[in-house]
Amino acid sequence: MSRKPYVREISHTTWYLARRRDLLHMAQEVTSLFIGIYTIMLLWGVKALSEGPGAYQVFLDALGSPLVIAFNWITFVIMLYHSISWFSVTPKAMPVQIGEEFLPGGIIAAGHYIAWVVVSAVIYYLAGGFNG
Amino acid sequence: MTQRTVELSILRYRPEEDDKPWFQTYQVPCDEDWVVLDAINYVKDHLDGSLSYRWSCHMAVCGSCSMMINGDPALSCKTFIRDLPEGPVRIEPLANFPIERDLVVVMDDFMEKLQRVKPYLIRSTEKPLEEGQHLQSPAELKKFKQYTLCINCACCYSACPQYALIPEFIGPAALTLAHRYNQDSRDQGRDEREDVVASNEGIWDCSFAGACSDVCPKHVDPASAVQQMKIASTVDWFMRRLGLGGGKS
Amino acid sequence: METIKTDVAIIGAGGAGLRAAIAVAESAPDLKVALISKVYPMRSHTVAAEGGAAGVIKQGDSLEDHFNDTVAGGDWLCDQDAVDLFIRQAPVELTQLEHWGCPWSREKNGHVAVRPFGGMKNERTWFAADKSGFHILHTLFQTSLKYPSIERYDEFYCTDLIVADGVCQGVSAIEMRTGLMQLFQARSVIIAAGGAGWMFPFTTNGAIKTADGMAMAYRAGVPLKDMEFVQYHPTGLPGTGILLTEGCRGEGGILVNKDGYRYLQDYDLGPPDPWPRNKAMELGPRDRLSQAFWHEQKKGRTVGSRWGDVVYLDMRHLGEKKINEKLPLVRDLAASYVGADPVHELVPVRPVVHYMMGGIHTNIDAATPMPGLYAAGECACVSINGANRLGSNSLTELLVFGKRAGEHAVEHARSAAQPSESEIRQKGEEARKRVTDLFLREDGGENITTIRKEMNETMESGAGIYRAEDSMRETCDKVLELRERFSRVHLEDKSNVFNTNMLYTMEVGSMLEAAHAVAFSAINRKESRGSHQRLDYTARDDGSFLKHSLAYYQGEVEPRMDYLDVVITRSQPGQRVYGGSAK
Ligand SMILES: Cc1cc2nc3c(=O)[nH]c(=O)nc-3n(C[C@H](O)[C@H](O)[C@H](O)COP(=O)(O)OP(=O)(O)OC[C@H]3O[C@@H](n4cnc5c(N)ncnc54)[C@H](O)[C@@H]3O)c2cc1C
Ligand code: SF4
Ligand code: SF4
Ligand code: FES
Repeated sequence: MSRKPYVREISHTTWYLARRRDLLHMAQEVTSLFIGIYTIMLLWGVKALSEGPGAYQVFLDALGSPLVIAFNWITFVIMLYHSISWFSVTPKAMPVQIGEEFLPGGIIAAGHYIAWVVVSAVIYYLAGGFNG
Repeated sequence: MTQRTVELSILRYRPEEDDKPWFQTYQVPCDEDWVVLDAINYVKDHLDGSLSYRWSCHMAVCGSCSMMINGDPALSCKTFIRDLPEGPVRIEPLANFPIERDLVVVMDDFMEKLQRVKPYLIRSTEKPLEEGQHLQSPAELKKFKQYTLCINCACCYSACPQYALIPEFIGPAALTLAHRYNQDSRDQGRDEREDVVASNEGIWDCSFAGACSDVCPKHVDPASAVQQMKIASTVDWFMRRLGLGGGKS
Repeated sequence: METIKTDVAIIGAGGAGLRAAIAVAESAPDLKVALISKVYPMRSHTVAAEGGAAGVIKQGDSLEDHFNDTVAGGDWLCDQDAVDLFIRQAPVELTQLEHWGCPWSREKNGHVAVRPFGGMKNERTWFAADKSGFHILHTLFQTSLKYPSIERYDEFYCTDLIVADGVCQGVSAIEMRTGLMQLFQARSVIIAAGGAGWMFPFTTNGAIKTADGMAMAYRAGVPLKDMEFVQYHPTGLPGTGILLTEGCRGEGGILVNKDGYRYLQDYDLGPPDPWPRNKAMELGPRDRLSQAFWHEQKKGRTVGSRWGDVVYLDMRHLGEKKINEKLPLVRDLAASYVGADPVHELVPVRPVVHYMMGGIHTNIDAATPMPGLYAAGECACVSINGANRLGSNSLTELLVFGKRAGEHAVEHARSAAQPSESEIRQKGEEARKRVTDLFLREDGGENITTIRKEMNETMESGAGIYRAEDSMRETCDKVLELRERFSRVHLEDKSNVFNTNMLYTMEVGSMLEAAHAVAFSAINRKESRGSHQRLDYTARDDGSFLKHSLAYYQGEVEPRMDYLDVVITRSQPGQRVYGGSAK
């Protein structure tokens, strides 16, 4: 048998360095770690709340530390980036067809932005944000 | 007609002689309106008859001439030399597939995956031919039309980071083909396909990198098809939880 | 040599081969089908067809009109019993494709839409935008995947038919990935190996259309019929030969010369209405339109371009929306390959070799004169196309006669005598020897690229749009010379795995044999009919030539010609009338 197909091995640790597109994708994947950590932090807050005012105060104090504030800012920026990049692909993932034509992507994305603002405002309101 | 001499750097692999692939360079006098395939044909006809590659239509519809051009998967019959940066052009066989010889890759896995998604109309009862055509409105046609345009060039598999890491992944073109039939108003086979599509090797392996859609020469946009299937599968799952059935009505 | 036993072996997995395979699988699920193709099925050149497939479906159209258009379009060289069967089965087959999921373009009310096409009196061409062949091929391929009895042998290059006891009992093939010769032993064989456009320099055909199927049958003693009839399509892109479908003109595109003048009105095709009129002007038949270009060129009224002489296809008045909807591929192709966006610019075009009306001689059942051997599709000649095929009849032909070939192959497979195994093996060895000889051949100073190019040139000069005794004589002699030189070509690459040097060489061998039949049939037809136009015999001569030519292979010398009466049932040869006075 003269066949001898050659398999080009790819490195499971550095494959994404070769192409810019893959690198960007990996960056996106890796930054979701921040969101993950942020979520754990929130859960810790809820847990602290259930354990009483003392524990909650410790949590709040921890939030005040410059390091945590910096982390929160970074996460906020990353969160914005993820939201915007997700919204920009929603027309593909959730196309809306009216009659024969598909709704232009811009409108679908805009719908998501509007929903985002409304939901944020509601949460802000519930959290008492509008009461000064 | 103006000519320009272009250096092609082509990955060669002759299984009967070589242990691993190596680059061979050729100087090719190219006309201004040549595509990369024309340059490769020039090599085959005038410089080196032993170079092997696939091609046929020279009009971007048969899907056989795909290869890596300067690191990206593309149809060589639709990639114009004039659009490439100055300097040597690097040509390799499609990434993520085993090399059979030179620019020819082993397509078995791709072909098997196409077949696995049951890419044909499935109906609970066949309409007899004498009863004529099924009616389908232009809107119903448009709903899936884009997903019928795949020419099976496999560029998307070459670009997909998930396929590179998880060879079992059914992959963009085959999943898109399943979606094409699922979305066809004449089809009733979605439940049957769902077993394959939503399996371990199916849609959930896709991380929505979108690379497949970036490289697709026919603008099929497989990434969006896969995301739509994920959403539909998720809806099914919740519907089942709520005891409302699920699957296609 | 490994022997693969099967019931029906099909050579070619384009539209005709796939349709035949499905027909066998549906009518006889117990029979094994070996579907053998030198490329993956979806690469077959059916994929490139753009315009659509003809079949009567609309109110106001009639089978009789389709019959008359086809017979007159073919300049009365069609067998009318075959045409009759064809037009009746056409709508059934196209509906069958619809049932298999073909995404035909639709009207508002959900019915399939049809478009006008050259030489057709009424709108009857079913289309899927301008990717009709693509969708037909992919629909057939995908549908074929559901039949377990169809075994595919992709990238197997068939070399010779295996004929034992005068019956076709198989085919030999080289598996491209291993280089091994395999012997398919079959109870019936169907050839569906497509056309031969690559024998010409400038063609809409893909590089795989190299006459292999025709040559295989021819060498085995089956005659090639009406090979002199080669269709030029009037609108190819200069440079590449890429086709711009007749659909462009069906939708309203017009042809103009260097003065912006719709020159077709000077060739009995007028009046030049501003809207498309069926069977007139741009919707005249292909032979007439290509011939008109030739005359314009002689009169110096074509446009010189860097790709040679062209005329312009003007689609600007159709508007962007219509072009995007009905002709998206055309827009993409023209913009990419000649840099002219049809929405805003004139597109340069010229006639280009497109289709072989001739092919393997079969009867109305797709059976060749050799028991056990069937043929369908472009490689065959049944004949419904006569001296000039009407656009959009061929895709339908693949379906109608592909299916028929499948069904009759089943019948034969069921009744065939016991295979002559030892003789089959011996024939297999002979076939293998033909290939090993090629590998062993010493350098005889001949080069395959040179031979191919010389063949291309001589075919254009001697078997082009207009032909004359001298140039045809030259071509006949040249092809004979090339065949002799071909026997001295040696392989630059002697490896086994995916050896395309070997493949291309074998293909040139096939083309030279078929080219010989084309040139020799042409020089012997001393009349002008349809696509066969002679400068020395300018009139049609029904007295002597209302006959099919049959070319028989005679080895390294010129073929032997024979003639066969055309089957005429109800349409007596008349004038082909197009333009304003057409009915
Ligand atoms: C650009 C273009 C546009 C066209 N548009 C239209 C149109 O709009 N309407 C219309 O009616 N017709 C059209 N035609 C004509 C029509 O498409 C063809 O005649 C038809 O598709 C031929 O189909 P087929 O199945 O006979 O061959 P193909 O589709 O060419 O298939 C041939 C098969 O044979 C196989 N094969 C060949 N040799 C070998 C071998 N030695 N061993 C193994 N396998 C082999 C190939 O691999 C392939 O699978 C068009 C043609 C072209 C070129
Ligand atoms: S979107 Fe999914 S299928 Fe497409 S490249 Fe990314 S991971 Fe692969
Ligand atoms: S989806 Fe696009 S890239 Fe992938 S095989 Fe189909 S045509 Fe090629
Ligand atoms: S040669 Fe057919 S797609 Fe490029």
